[in-house]
Amino acid sequence: MNRFTSFAVALFVALMAVAPLFLNAYYVDVLNSIGLYGLLALSLNLILGEAGLFNMGHAAFYAMGAYTAAILNTRYQIPILWTLPLSALVAGFFALAVARPVVHLRGDYLLIVTIGVSEIVRIALVNDVFGITGGANGIFGISRPELFGFVIRQPQHFYYLIWGFVVLTIFLFLRLKQSRFGRALNYLREDEVAAEGSGVNTDYYKLTVFSLGAAWAGMAGTLFAAKMTIISPESFSFWESVVLFMIVILGGAGNVAGVLLAAFLVIGLPELFREFSSARMLVFGLVMMVMMLVRPQGLLPAKGRQFSFAELNKGSLR
Amino acid sequence: MEEFLQQLTNGLAVGGIYALIALGYTMVYGVLKLINFAHGDLFTYGAYLGLTLLTSLALTDRLGFFMGVLVLVLMVMGLVAVLGVILERAAYRPLRESPRLSAVVSALGASIFLQNTLMLIYGARFQVYPDNILPVTALDLFGLQVPVMRVLIVLASVVMMVTLYLFIQKTKIGTAIRAAAIDQGAARLMGIDVNRVILLVFLLGPALGGAAGLMVGLYYGQINFTMGWVYGMKAFTAAILGGIGNIPGAMIGGLLLGVVEAMGAAYLSIAWKDAIAFCVLILILIVRPTGLLGERVADKI
Repeated sequence: MNRFTSFAVALFVALMAVAPLFLNAYYVDVLNSIGLYGLLALSLNLILGEAGLFNMGHAAFYAMGAYTAAILNTRYQIPILWTLPLSALVAGFFALAVARPVVHLRGDYLLIVTIGVSEIVRIALVNDVFGITGGANGIFGISRPELFGFVIRQPQHFYYLIWGFVVLTIFLFLRLKQSRFGRALNYLREDEVAAEGSGVNTDYYKLTVFSLGAAWAGMAGTLFAAKMTIISPESFSFWESVVLFMIVILGGAGNVAGVLLAAFLVIGLPELFREFSSARMLVFGLVMMVMMLVRPQGLLPAKGRQFSFAELNKGSLR
Repeated sequence: MEEFLQQLTNGLAVGGIYALIALGYTMVYGVLKLINFAHGDLFTYGAYLGLTLLTSLALTDRLGFFMGVLVLVLMVMGLVAVLGVILERAAYRPLRESPRLSAVVSALGASIFLQNTLMLIYGARFQVYPDNILPVTALDLFGLQVPVMRVLIVLASVVMMVTLYLFIQKTKIGTAIRAAAIDQGAARLMGIDVNRVILLVFLLGPALGGAAGLMVGLYYGQINFTMGWVYGMKAFTAAILGGIGNIPGAMIGGLLLGVVEAMGAAYLSIAWKDAIAFCVLILILIVRPTGLLGERVADKI
């Protein structure tokens, strides 16, 4: 990281840290949505960006987490933030069960299967499966999250909860990328056959990254349920998966900074286009197209790995 | 039995429509390895253009029902084909050498753009095809009362599919399309103008999709600017089911999906209708990972 980028990052972090003090509730709420989508996009980035698995059904895992949290909270009065690990487990194991039979499919076949799974999940939620999802109306009356006795109620407070989680996620995912696991994923993305030939257990890594990304989306779902206090199937439609997919590719698959930048653009721009009212989605579609034509690699494409000789000699790659 | 046969014919009509759209996906995929996500919206344009031409030109009054609809189908196919070519020029050609997923996002952007253009022109509400010009009589097929529209749709889709199949298999241009689908570089070395092949594919696919849109309008009488996503997704499922890139596969996949869906809605549960198609897809892909007629592609080492 050169001096200019470190300065830019520091400035950005400082601005984000004080933003809620200067913005009104509406814009803080926009930033909260950006944070949630950023979180989801980062989790999809693991699957789609780092490992190169075409997943266009990420909303299914998001929904799994949100509904797990909502059901546990409204039926068994478990505090909403306590359900985070459970949501992660449910979403992760669901992803594992779904991906197990199909993970070896070639790119586009996997794409349509993930779309199919997310549609099946959505339809199951609408049809009130097992009688616990509340059908098309969804679940309401989810309690406010509580942190050390402090009840989080206002958008400003949610801002710090959500973005705090984003910061934690960025830290963990950057560490993951530097690890043996992260390198194996990139190898898988670049050339699956060569990876397998070099002893990378492709099925193991694919399933693990799928479950991990899904578990993270599940936790994002819990935060979403806590923020909205009411969830319904329409929040987890195919459109959400498409938006997440666009964020990851537009930002530059495999780059955390790029994905976050794209989350700001894709979720934030429609808010700025408000004055166009009904034409804003038209402008949005056009902007998507043009941005892809201008920067086919994504806004901030992932750079290749660089290792210094000193590092290599120390054997720190093991 | 009566109920079963009614559902079967209904499924075949819907399946024929799915198959026509699926052909557009599969042909583009075959040549460009691109999932044309905006294809479903070209299908919607077919439905809306059909409605506008039908009401403004009063073709059925001047030429009689059958000639009128025939002329209408040809006009819609021509117009949507032109749209398809424009789409290729604007959204896909500049990205031909780029990573594959960039083109997918560009396609999604194009899809949103096309959809919202329609919404701004026609409004967000359902549009209704005039019902007084369509024949509502039922045809007596061996004791089974089948609506005329349904028979016409099955016939029309079969005719179009057979024509396309013969065109692809028997003519020189069709051979060029197949060659470009197998190996673009080698096809170019053999003197095939691959750019012309791509142009042709973007003429044929949208033309068939536009015709399918018109058929949906005539069959159900109601159209909406977002219906392209639902039909597009089903048709894409059909194309994958048959083995993407494979033209007979798309036809079989479409018909199979239509019938399975009609049967599932009738005998299992109508609320789960849209999930049935995807369940069938997943089950088939578990057994045959490249679809029903898809060839196993060996990975190059």
